Amino acid sequence: MPDVAPVLLELREAGFGYPGQPAVFRNVTLQVAAGSVTAVLGPNGSGKTTLVRCAAGLLPVQQGSVRRREAVGFVPQARGTSFAYRAFDMVLMGRARHVQLFRSPGAGDRAAALFAMERVGIAALRDRSFPTLSGGEQQLVLIARAVAAETNLLILDEPSTGLDLKNQVRVLRLLRELAADGIGMLLSTHDPDHALYLADTVVLLHPGEAQQGPAAELLTETSLSALYGVRVSAVDYLDSGAEATRAAVPAPRRTIVTHYDDSPAARHGEGAP
Amino acid sequence: MLDESHARIDRRRAPREHRGPGRAPTPERVRTLRPILISLGALLTVALLALTLGRFDVPFGHVVQILLGTDPGGAFGGEDIPPTEHNVVLLVRMPRVLLAALVGGGLALGGAALQAIFRNPLVSPDIIGVSAGASFGGALALLLGLGPVMLVGGSFACGLLALVLVFLITSGRGGTPVLMLVLGGVVTGSFFSALVALVTYLADPFTTLPAIVFWLLGSIAGATPGQVLVAVGPILLGTVVVLALRWRINVLSLGDDDAAALGVRPRRLRWVVLASVALIVAGAVAVSGVISWVGLVIPHLARMWVGPDNRVLLPVSVLLGGALLIVVDTVARSLTAGEIPLGVLTALIGAPVFFVLLRRHRDRIWDSA
Repeated sequence: MPDVAPVLLELREAGFGYPGQPAVFRNVTLQVAAGSVTAVLGPNGSGKTTLVRCAAGLLPVQQGSVRRREAVGFVPQARGTSFAYRAFDMVLMGRARHVQLFRSPGAGDRAAALFAMERVGIAALRDRSFPTLSGGEQQLVLIARAVAAETNLLILDEPSTGLDLKNQVRVLRLLRELAADGIGMLLSTHDPDHALYLADTVVLLHPGEAQQGPAAELLTETSLSALYGVRVSAVDYLDSGAEATRAAVPAPRRTIVTHYDDSPAARHGEGAP
Repeated sequence: MLDESHARIDRRRAPREHRGPGRAPTPERVRTLRPILISLGALLTVALLALTLGRFDVPFGHVVQILLGTDPGGAFGGEDIPPTEHNVVLLVRMPRVLLAALVGGGLALGGAALQAIFRNPLVSPDIIGVSAGASFGGALALLLGLGPVMLVGGSFACGLLALVLVFLITSGRGGTPVLMLVLGGVVTGSFFSALVALVTYLADPFTTLPAIVFWLLGSIAGATPGQVLVAVGPILLGTVVVLALRWRINVLSLGDDDAAALGVRPRRLRWVVLASVALIVAGAVAVSGVISWVGLVIPHLARMWVGPDNRVLLPVSVLLGGALLIVVDTVARSLTAGEIPLGVLTALIGAPVFFVLLRRHRDRIWDSA
């Protein structure tokens, strides 16, 4: 693309903390341009959720600034609601921005909601009651709701949490498609592989400080081991695709392997001195 | 580049042919309209029966003729239908039926809307303190002997004053908005209840005290056309606004965060709904005293029948609430020679009904679909 993609979301030295307590996060600077994906990684309690909520405008930052040039579609983490709306009605509520104050959604809104459900692959859940869905299905409904909103900026709080492998792949592919369509995205995730697959830029939230840079540069053995305090290996390999779609030139890929034992010999080394 | 961007738009937006307005009744529309039409039928049936029933017997055929204006007794002075029946139907029973429908419908709607925005199915219109405020206003007017118009005006004004107090209590910084509202409502409600107790204590036990007590028990028997006119405006206005916001109330019922993320301003919308419900409740108390339970039981019944979608639930609540209060009022004036206060009857019916509902649906009380 010849021209520079417009910046949709910009955080400058942003910080947030509850009164009388240490900052949840601070000094975060990031930009999300149209068509680009930024992933936020960090251990539990490092402020990922707080950061994406600040970026979405649901919480005010206390230092620095947050600027959004577009309406945001926000995908919260799935949790039960009090009323048993149908999955379709939940997705339909994504249309709130497009429906006038005293109106109800019309045929066009219903079509957009159905289209979003088809795109996320959950058209079959249409008439199911939202609280009776599994956590993963609820997550997919919330993603469809944000897709139905048709905004150019999406902010997602751990969109792949609670999904099985198939649905993880489905959601990651969908998000990549949306990015290819020019949608800018900020998401938090626990899975470095997901960040490697999706993100152009990553933000690593260490306690009290943030580190940002290109995904391939920052998602390394050293930085991830330091971030989570466990031993990981980055494995680079060549992916030649599935049998049916074998590519002529295998693509270089990287995956992160977590080591559950402290030393390689720990499990098989019962007889060792 | 141009073609590419077109392709992008096509992939992201729903295909055009999906978007055309459907002429044929879609399953969605049927799903929405059927319960509303059934409830409307119930309301009209009950209203017709209420015009027929009572301690003075008017045959059903006569009622229909009187309503249609085809009876000779009205226009041409014939002998088929005595003028007494005419007067009973049009001047005695009709205003009561209309008022009962309005008050019952308004209270049920207010309860349903508040249950949605408080995200709690045990909320009734009393929770925001408006009915206690309105009770005080009316009781004070009776104590001071200010006459029927001031009775309505005073209770209406104090009902809205209660809402303003709740707003001032909750508008400070901090706290969960919905929790602060409930606490503000409880505080305001008990304050005004204490004032009502003070007024009854000060009242003359032989003249004003009975008047205050009977008014508080709830009745639409003594409603004069003047009182009705004062109360009809606010109740209708509040009802129309809440009904028009029915889908937005769905979005608000997801919680403040979700609503805000979907582009709805939760605080502002909540206050619009609260003010509309306050108009309804203040108007209802002003003209009929405190009628409890309608605003709790009807939304529950309706939600068990049609589910939580407020696009259906709110209209159905209005119609069923109106029907219920017509039934209760008819019973109140037919059962004994004297009138049984409405508030007493609604509580006598409401409490056991609610008990049965809770027993039967105790596992699904949250997401009763």
